[in-house]
Amino acid sequence: MTVSSGLPDIPSAAGSPTPLVRVESLTKLFPMSRGLFRRPSAHIHAVDDVSFELFEGESFGLVGESGCGKTTIGKLLVKLMEPTGGRILFQDDRDTAGGQTLTDIVDTSGKDLKEFRRKAQMIFQDPYESMNPRRTIFDTIAEPLSVQGIGSPPERMDKVRDLLELVGLTPASTMLFRYPHELSGGQRQRVAIARALVVEPTFVVADEPTSMLDVSFSTSIMHLMSGLARQLGVTYLYITHDLAVARYMCQRIAVMYLGKIVELAETEELLSNPLHPYTRALLSAVPSPDPAHQRDPVNILGDVSAPVNPHPRCRFHDRCPMAAPQCYVESHPPMEDHGGGHLVACYRV
Amino acid sequence: MADPILQVSGLSLRYQTRHGEVKAVEDVSFKLLPGQVMGLVGESGSGKTSVAISLMRLLPDNARVTGGQVLLDGRDLLSMGFEEVRSYRWHRISMIFQAAMNSLDPVYRVGDQILEAIETHNPELTKREAQERIAGLFQLVGLDPQLTQRYPHEYSGGMRQRAVIAMSLACQPDVVIADEPTTALDVIVQDRILRRLKEIQSDLNMSMVYITHDIAVVAEVTDRIGVMYAGKLVELGDTSDVFGSPIHPYTSALLSVFPSIRGPKRELVTLPGEPPNLIDPPAGCRFHPRCPYAIDACQTEDPPTVERGSHWAACWNPLPVQTGPQETSGPVSLEEQ
Ligand SMILES: Nc1ncnc2c1ncn2[C@@H]1O[C@H](COP(=O)(O)OP(=O)(O)OP(=O)(O)O)[C@@H](O)[C@H]1O
Ligand SMILES: Nc1ncnc2c1ncn2[C@@H]1O[C@H](COP(=O)(O)OP(=O)(O)OP(=O)(O)O)[C@@H](O)[C@H]1O
Ligand SMILES: [Mg+2]
Ligand SMILES: [Mg+2]
Repeated sequence: MTVSSGLPDIPSAAGSPTPLVRVESLTKLFPMSRGLFRRPSAHIHAVDDVSFELFEGESFGLVGESGCGKTTIGKLLVKLMEPTGGRILFQDDRDTAGGQTLTDIVDTSGKDLKEFRRKAQMIFQDPYESMNPRRTIFDTIAEPLSVQGIGSPPERMDKVRDLLELVGLTPASTMLFRYPHELSGGQRQRVAIARALVVEPTFVVADEPTSMLDVSFSTSIMHLMSGLARQLGVTYLYITHDLAVARYMCQRIAVMYLGKIVELAETEELLSNPLHPYTRALLSAVPSPDPAHQRDPVNILGDVSAPVNPHPRCRFHDRCPMAAPQCYVESHPPMEDHGGGHLVACYRV
Repeated sequence: MADPILQVSGLSLRYQTRHGEVKAVEDVSFKLLPGQVMGLVGESGSGKTSVAISLMRLLPDNARVTGGQVLLDGRDLLSMGFEEVRSYRWHRISMIFQAAMNSLDPVYRVGDQILEAIETHNPELTKREAQERIAGLFQLVGLDPQLTQRYPHEYSGGMRQRAVIAMSLACQPDVVIADEPTTALDVIVQDRILRRLKEIQSDLNMSMVYITHDIAVVAEVTDRIGVMYAGKLVELGDTSDVFGSPIHPYTSALLSVFPSIRGPKRELVTLPGEPPNLIDPPAGCRFHPRCPYAIDACQTEDPPTVERGSHWAACWNPLPVQTGPQETSGPVSLEEQ
């Protein structure tokens, strides 16, 4: 916490593209609550035929409209939910003979599942929801260690203290035996981060991990996380609405809209050359930290639409300032490469 | 000048814990005029939520107000009877909680929860009128009105946060305290809600205390800014003055370094040193152990108030007045000291 330095330049992920996770046609539908809508077949298409790869040691940013399916993807990837369709393939590191095998986590069970539960951690979006109010901070952070049978009680205590200091909950001795409700929002968020990192995972879904933290704290947390990525090869799926944070943390960013990934590119490329009209609107809506600065109005039509039994056409057609007749009749556009791995799903670019 | 709608003076609050007493709020004073938006910023754990829940008088059992007054329209909320406070809450003063889940009951449909608040405080409305108001509020925050029929766990994080914003506006209060109201929202939805809030606020002459760590949002939505450090208000003034020429070194550090998507990628710096221990806070100025400008007096004596026009700060060694446009990369490099 006492280091006052910027983040190092992120190496390009294109260097050694070993996929740690491959997501193929992932789909998650939620049935609508019964009895409220006439049609019992109404479903929320929270995640709709999504495919991407995460490389080992990379931070992959996931951004997009509130309610577009980001948390659902995160929960599917750490197996807190079962998908309706598609596959989630993890690199199986038992095969050391060069070749890699990929295992579908849907089929994982028993001892392998327990090991998966250690390797894959999730930092939850809402730190209030994910903590047991009757457990002290020490118990909250140490719990994954006892579940996994890692370390002796004094070793666990040392580990928890170290992590508390690392996330800036100092002095650790005044925090250990407090309860979650005795902390501020940002302090609780840092407990959630410590809890996910305590078992030394190799894959972390970080769902808005620093959304309540000021720049100084969020910078040191990003520093901590990207340090782990470099030293231990930790891979992150980094969900955020803060594009500036994604710029500092992620090598690549995927933009989602209503259950679909609509654009995916390396970070600086995406920020300097956004191609999808939703991405463009999103970037233009980022507020400016200068009280005198006036932004242009955001170029997007209408209200938020709901992903209930959507038509198969482009999910963005009714809010798109560039929509053409084609967008109303043809199926949702496929992801196409517009050079250097910059993928976009749009008929109009 | 109009009379303030809300006047806080000398507010102090402590929490009992098994590690000792947390001095979370110490002698905080400010006032809010009708129609004004005041931002409250400061690092995580500096006491912003503690101030907010004191204004609502929604304090946990281990909290103790050790001094001060909170006058709403001239009446002290802190010394009111329990029933009277209840009649003020939501109706005169409402809050958007930092934890959306804390204000939503998981076993009731979201719409019913808002309906209950309206029925309690606006009994003159028919059920139909109340439901129409809720549908209007849902539209305002970009939620499909059909969602009123669903349960909180069927909402995404940002949808829940928007339902809580709708709830805080349901009884058309005079003052809304918004505690990090948009942390789970994408910037398009955030932009839209902030614009709508501005409209309602000027239509109803509503005032707001807006707590956020997002410096860009503060710059866009607030008229005044208060800066907290370790339980104390260290600087307060008109937004443009505080941004243009901060007096306190902490304010300058807070406002000058932020990640941006525009322009070249700059190094981000963190504030050196440990966050303060509020059980045993530093003597003198609470910021002195981390302040590059600290002088001897800072270590032992409470800092004096430095006033500049609309704007004051508590500091022994204030920053010089800035003239002309400020370099955003930061006049104070805490790192180099
Ligand atoms: N358990 C559930 N039951 C029914 N619907 C759900 C459930 N969980 C999520 N949904 C719906 O699925 C969609 C996607 O939700 P998700 O939480 O993945 O969004 P998100 O992208 O994380 O949004 P936010 O940025 O607001 O957190 C939303 O329409 C939401 O209402
Ligand atoms: N119920 C409680 N019991 C004991 N200590 C508490 C309690 N609530 C808050 N605190 C402590 O009081 C201090 C101020 O907390 P508060 O929630 O007001 O901070 P905040 O400025 O809102 O921070 P954040 O930005 O992280 O939400 C913190 O040090 C926190 O640990
Ligand atoms: Mg989410
Ligand atoms: Mg808070």
